Amino acid sequence: MMTPRQRRMTWVALMVAGVSLAAFFALTAFQKNLLYFYTPSQVASGEAPKGYPFRIGGLVVKDSVKREPDSLTVRFEVSDGPNAVPVLYTGILPDLFREGQGIIAVGQIDDGGTFQATEVLAKHDENYMPPEVAESLKKNGGLPADYSEYRKK
Amino acid sequence: MIAELGHIALIMALLMALLQGAFPLMGASQGVDIWMSVAKPAGRAQFLFLLVSFGALTACFVNNDFSVEYVARNSNSALPLYYRIAAVWGSHEGSMLLWATILGLWTAAVTVFSRSLSEDFLARVLGIMGLVSVGILLFILFTSNPFERLTPVPPDGNDLNPLLQDFGMTVHPPMLYMGYVGLSVAFAFAIAALLGGSLDSAWARWSRPWTLVAWLFLTGGITLGSWWAYYELGWGGWWFWDPVENASFMPWLVATALIHSLAVTEKRGAFKAWTVLLAIFAFSLSLLGTFLVRSGVLTSVHAFASDPTRGLFILILLAIVVGGSLLVYTVKAPAVRDVARYSLVSKENLLLLNNILLVTASGSILLGTLYPLILDALKLGKISVGPPYFGTVFAPLMAPIFLLAGIGPMFAWRESPIGRILHRVRYLFPASFVAGIALAALAWDETDFKMMAGLGCAFWLAASACLSLWSRIRLRDGWLEGLRAQSPSVYGMTAAHLGVAVFLVGAVLSDRLSQEKLVRMAPGDSVMLAGYTFHFLGTETVQGPNFSAQQATFRVERDGESLELRPQKRNYKVQRNMMTEAAIDPGLSRDLYVALGEPLDTNAWSVRLYVKPFIRWIWAGGLFMIAGGILSVSDRRYRLPLPETRAVAGRAASRAI
Repeated sequence: MMTPRQRRMTWVALMVAGVSLAAFFALTAFQKNLLYFYTPSQVASGEAPKGYPFRIGGLVVKDSVKREPDSLTVRFEVSDGPNAVPVLYTGILPDLFREGQGIIAVGQIDDGGTFQATEVLAKHDENYMPPEVAESLKKNGGLPADYSEYRKK
Repeated sequence: MIAELGHIALIMALLMALLQGAFPLMGASQGVDIWMSVAKPAGRAQFLFLLVSFGALTACFVNNDFSVEYVARNSNSALPLYYRIAAVWGSHEGSMLLWATILGLWTAAVTVFSRSLSEDFLARVLGIMGLVSVGILLFILFTSNPFERLTPVPPDGNDLNPLLQDFGMTVHPPMLYMGYVGLSVAFAFAIAALLGGSLDSAWARWSRPWTLVAWLFLTGGITLGSWWAYYELGWGGWWFWDPVENASFMPWLVATALIHSLAVTEKRGAFKAWTVLLAIFAFSLSLLGTFLVRSGVLTSVHAFASDPTRGLFILILLAIVVGGSLLVYTVKAPAVRDVARYSLVSKENLLLLNNILLVTASGSILLGTLYPLILDALKLGKISVGPPYFGTVFAPLMAPIFLLAGIGPMFAWRESPIGRILHRVRYLFPASFVAGIALAALAWDETDFKMMAGLGCAFWLAASACLSLWSRIRLRDGWLEGLRAQSPSVYGMTAAHLGVAVFLVGAVLSDRLSQEKLVRMAPGDSVMLAGYTFHFLGTETVQGPNFSAQQATFRVERDGESLELRPQKRNYKVQRNMMTEAAIDPGLSRDLYVALGEPLDTNAWSVRLYVKPFIRWIWAGGLFMIAGGILSVSDRRYRLPLPETRAVAGRAASRAI
């Protein structure tokens, strides 16, 4: 039989073991899976990392969406007002992807300055804008005039 | 008129909640019977007023009363009646009202099924639930009143978000909220016991059925949510580690830990303080879930329009609940003494390990979910944590659970000779893993380590759960006698553990064997995938009540059998939203899944084709767990009055969990 003291020590030992195990997994996994968010202006000024994935967000520039014939590759530009970044994506775009809509793309920037997206996210509500995108647009002056209506409508 | 009635009823409910929160708690601490006796009638009256309020909002939807802003934003006269009713909780205000109404329902249930509780304990439980209700009702009335009028009155409404116009989404929120809010009962029991100093095995036994019911609803809600995401979002995935999914999964993990630790507290009088802490955590995580979903701080598939001021209110509420209950805990817990003694190898310690793993898993999910928010709040940059993080952390933490869950019940309380148990599984353990490896290699020609290990774990878990049951049955004279002698909770436990195994099979096989193609297809084209030929026959336009759709027809053939799938691309007229409606042929051993992407040129479409083996097993696992919960709750001993002498008797120790 264990005395209360031994039992407490078992507790503590198990706790410490569990927490450190989790911390180890968490930290290693964290390192690999943290995705930073950059605006097109930050990308234009060279702040975004090369050769490392990150997220970019902005409005899809009007008339910029071009499809390659016979494949699922799409090119378009995302902009936060002053700057736009070309994006290349192969796959099926989300239902709410359209020109003028706020989106977030996940991927890497290549040597030519094109963002190679592995994932494109557009939100379910057509009026919804990802908070990161709304904020960066506000900062860079690219927010559509009717944005205050976006949430209430 | 009806809207105003609903509003007044809501205010009345708040008054009742105030009465229910104030007098019984004061009465219990001062020993004034008449104050304590307020609890039951106030709780029932509160529920009644909430029902009236909820009914009023429903009536506004049914009558298409677009002068009510909430109705105008979330409904439309073309919306079918069924979805008009479901639209009541389709957005923030109504879903909070649903939250409050469900809390009222749980309160009323406690007043009815509480005959065995002592008066002061019941008064405290209801008092605490009343205080929680006060917080939620204030929140609704001040920040999210669903009855607000709109002028000028619009001719028609803005329609319900098309994603929610679906069966899964109509039942998922009430189910999930039943679970979330149900944890408030476990929370109230724990705080009441702390306050009254009656933290004993009787408390644990009263608390167990309530916790189980909340847990099984939570399980159901999560299972439904996963199933919905699978067929409705058109990506073919069943879990995305989305912050909002995490928000429902964290309380589930802690509630699962709580169920197990309550067993120890009831049977052995141990882990009392820990059990109380778990009950506090579980409910706090439920509130946090509500905060995460409703605050708009998250970029999430679930972030339907939301508002930061509401987030602040819930955050304050959360701080009060967590802070207040931890304060009570700090003051009262040192007086709590565990009476039981047990050795290193015992069921107690095994369940402790289970608790630590589940809570650690929950903590690491919490870290991944909140870390980006904290960094953002401190202006240290905007980040997000990719889904692989959760997988990497979660899988190793769950592995010991898969290994121990089945065999755990064979361990005895107090002290368990490990040798005998090892002896009994000396063939079963290696055999399970050999079977897993052989199945992977022979049936699917796979040598993937994860798949082999996963299948092995699943077989072992299932086999050891059955062995545990058998080791109880064979103590009796005949097996029929043995089967009859087991209590429902033993069967419930076995079913739930089998559910974990079934889930694991589904998760492992669908993850590893799923095949997917994103292709461009024009009518007449055929594509081969996993032995199936998908013929794209053509598209036509079909009309729904509030949408028009392009409907494609695919013929899928294999070995002479053939079936047709008709996925749609819907255009909802009012919100001008495009929606993918995937077509799925479900099966026990595989799902065929076709979703339309976008129209490319003249008549070609981008198309997603999936063959997903065994994916149904994931949700079947959830159903097993729910069945297990129901069986356990049906155990008669929860409805029997508790004889004084039996509390934590040494002899009770050898009985089932």
